[in-house]
Amino acid sequence: MSSSTNTPAHHTSTIGSIGAPSRRNTELALLLFAVVIPVFAYANVGLAIDGTVPSGLLGYGLGLGLLAGVGHLVVRKFARYADPLLLPLATLLNGLGLVVIWRLDQSPRLQQRAKSLFGAFSPDAPKQLLYSALGIAFFAVIIVFLKDHRILQRYTYISMVVSLVLLVAPVFFPAVNGAKIWISIGGFTIQPGEFAKIIIAIFFSGYLMVKRDALALASRRFMGLYLPRGRDLGPILTVWAMSLLILIFETDLGTSMLFFGMFVVVLYVATERTSWIVFGLLMSGAGAVGVASFEPHVQERVNAWLNPFSPKVMAQSDQIAQSLMSFGSGGTLGTGLGQGNSDLIGFAANSDFIFATFGEELGLAGVMAILLLYGLIVERGVRTALAARDPFGKLLAVGLSSAFAIQVFVVAGGVMGLIPLSGMTMPFVAYGGSSVIANWALIGILIRISDTARRPAPAPAANPDAEMTQVVRP
Amino acid sequence: MNKPLRRIALFCGLLVLSLLIRDNWLQYVKADSLKTNALNRRVSIERYAQPRGNIIVDGKSVTGSKDTSSSDFKYKRTYTDGPMWAPVTGFASQAFGANQLESLEDGILTGNDDRLFFRNTLDMITGKQKSGGNVVTTLNEAAQKAAWSGLEKQGGKGAVVALDPSTGKILALASYPSYDPSSFAGNSTSTDSKAWQKLQKKYDPDDPMLNRALRETYPPGSTFKVVTASAALENNLYSSADTATDSPLPYIMKGTTTELKNEGNIPCKNATLREALRVSCNSVFGKIGADLGNAKMLAEAKKFGFDAEQFTPVRSSASVFSDNMNSSQTALSSIGQYNTAATPLQMAMVASAVANDGKLMKPYMVDKLQSSNLDTIAQTEPQELSQPLSSKNAQILQSMMETVVEKGTGTKAQISGATVGGKTGTAQHGVDNSENPYAWFLSYAKLADGSSPVAVAVVIEDSSANRDDISGGGLAAPIAKSVMEAVIDSKK
Repeated sequence: MSSSTNTPAHHTSTIGSIGAPSRRNTELALLLFAVVIPVFAYANVGLAIDGTVPSGLLGYGLGLGLLAGVGHLVVRKFARYADPLLLPLATLLNGLGLVVIWRLDQSPRLQQRAKSLFGAFSPDAPKQLLYSALGIAFFAVIIVFLKDHRILQRYTYISMVVSLVLLVAPVFFPAVNGAKIWISIGGFTIQPGEFAKIIIAIFFSGYLMVKRDALALASRRFMGLYLPRGRDLGPILTVWAMSLLILIFETDLGTSMLFFGMFVVVLYVATERTSWIVFGLLMSGAGAVGVASFEPHVQERVNAWLNPFSPKVMAQSDQIAQSLMSFGSGGTLGTGLGQGNSDLIGFAANSDFIFATFGEELGLAGVMAILLLYGLIVERGVRTALAARDPFGKLLAVGLSSAFAIQVFVVAGGVMGLIPLSGMTMPFVAYGGSSVIANWALIGILIRISDTARRPAPAPAANPDAEMTQVVRP
Repeated sequence: MNKPLRRIALFCGLLVLSLLIRDNWLQYVKADSLKTNALNRRVSIERYAQPRGNIIVDGKSVTGSKDTSSSDFKYKRTYTDGPMWAPVTGFASQAFGANQLESLEDGILTGNDDRLFFRNTLDMITGKQKSGGNVVTTLNEAAQKAAWSGLEKQGGKGAVVALDPSTGKILALASYPSYDPSSFAGNSTSTDSKAWQKLQKKYDPDDPMLNRALRETYPPGSTFKVVTASAALENNLYSSADTATDSPLPYIMKGTTTELKNEGNIPCKNATLREALRVSCNSVFGKIGADLGNAKMLAEAKKFGFDAEQFTPVRSSASVFSDNMNSSQTALSSIGQYNTAATPLQMAMVASAVANDGKLMKPYMVDKLQSSNLDTIAQTEPQELSQPLSSKNAQILQSMMETVVEKGTGTKAQISGATVGGKTGTAQHGVDNSENPYAWFLSYAKLADGSSPVAVAVVIEDSSANRDDISGGGLAAPIAKSVMEAVIDSKK
């Protein structure tokens, strides 16, 4: 993109100029904090619950440190100019998530619940540590083998097919807790939506990069808006229909919102036409109201959101009420790690509702800090998009970042009662293999794009006129 | 492409901002209401996380805490003589919340009260477990036992309230039938919930959880004549107990052709106040009420505490004396019929004001609040509520009430070694008075030194005995007597 090179450098600090520092040491220093903070949190939980420093502290600290170290070395070697904040932020969130999952493993209430429901209780934290290791491994594979993100562009249409398969697959598996978002293969359950999020972003970016001129230019002006031609409406209608089908057949509000929202964002950035946003909002509004009028599962969710404390909703499920009371009971400073009663939520306390534990035990202060960490990841992602030199990279980076932002909004908004609840998980902190692995992959791709964007341009060839020019250096 | 990108950055920022705002709303603005929400189990979890402070009577606690091995609620409330003390303590149940003192003084009992903040902080620093403070009541164990066993023996529904006239301390507060708060103190669905359900009015028509001493109003019947007599004296309608009143017999109520009848053939024609109270003349006191008029009667009743809830601190229902009545309605109301209704506490207050030379003290049952190491945090000081009658008139009324016990309807309340003043009552109720009447007795005892240590009101409802036998003097007076004796004995 020509515009990015025209932008003055001080607007976007990540834009590479010749001789830009790699910032790898900054990353290392931040990573140190990202490991030390969760280690202290881990000790804090142990002290609060048993009064002793937990015996697993060393193992946990070494494990997290090892993961962070591997991530850092891979980035240092293969993506030297990558954004220095993304890896530490993801590590910190992942580490805090592990601590809180471990803390909920210690809850007698949840242990009892698991025993009475499934006959046995098994702690989730070790599994989550394994998933995190797999996530980092996947992250490393992406950084090492994906030399240039533009390679992904070649797989635009394959991505479409793969993401369709991933999205449709859960329909053929039984619903878990009212939402069809799972597939199970040989004892493993996978949430394909988490992976589909990344793959579909590749499709959207590849597709719209090619079609954007047609979509942007061939339009009529009407009431200050550029109206697209009828046949150009095809793609957005298709994605809209897809997301409605997800909502109807998989009864998953969150995934549906995520895909449509991401598409509208990428479409808007690709065409620079505000009209698409207006169309997107109108269509999602109409779709949501339309589906809610006949789909009982969606109606239930909306009703539970509007009246979480009504006896009828409480009799069905007290999740939202429990989550809200968890947040409220935390107050400004929280009860302190290990000292709350967020385990009263029971079901999905360490996955969909893990944010409520942060709310109760770390309080308003802690939750705002966590939300800002997420906000920082998103803004680093969008900065990467700004800095990227190729349109595909821009679209992919903004697609992934906005998907991440929408996911955080949908989950946190759901558990805090801002919007109806949906079955998605908080990136990095929630328990779940699919989620943690997919999000590490997402960070991996963003790091790859940012590395390409910040990498210094090759030195220009010697110019015979160079002698004539005096370069003044401060 | 960079302009839309910047806008998307802004959009993502707004998403995060809206989450931040929502979080502030939830964890700052709404935090307290969510924290104390009735559905929030943390409230009871915290309430039972440490041994609860105790409710103390005469230096002994009538409550306790039992260490259970339940994961949610560590300690469970226990009660000694639960049914007897239930009208005082109320209940504290893991599953069903708390009421009365257990609820009103919950802050002290759990140790969360702001007044314990300094001590709690100190305990936190020194690593001591937080513990609740005690609520020391004004009750007298012997009097309560006398009241409870009297009601129990009698078997019908009823209530007893005894007060210390000079301070307003509640000495006995019994209600029958009662319930054992230990039976549903836990949260087991098999035992506690069943016990709770069985006590609800739906399943037990006797409504054992109703605190009849404070929350039930009964027509006071003839006992209200004490109020009417003080209105007559205070308004100078008559100024002595022993001058003849202007009382025709039969007395036809003004504006009607109905005669206000007396019970049996008693000497009420132009009777003196003393004589009229002794034999309980409806005609005399009905006419006094009609002569004084609604407004003056209401004013006097209000001075005795009618028309207002009392906070002991457990709330009592307001007793009723109506406004805007015509002459005949006022006449009927003045003998404790028509709309007039009083709680047993109210009638005990009437007796205590007369005994305390006309001064009505505010009734209270919490003497002091203590921290867990028995330091006093708050002490209740006796408080004068009003002066329904002058000291001179109070003495006139006392001598009249003493005559009732000496040689009138209340002879069964006589105590050797003490002067007792009282008034019986048999209030009619039901359509055409078809149901068994309520038997009332209110009285006070005076010692040789002139001090009056106790005033008491007893009501027995729905007695299954033959209705002719029901009279305040027969059923209620013996209970009042044993309560007064218990107080007098405990003073020795």
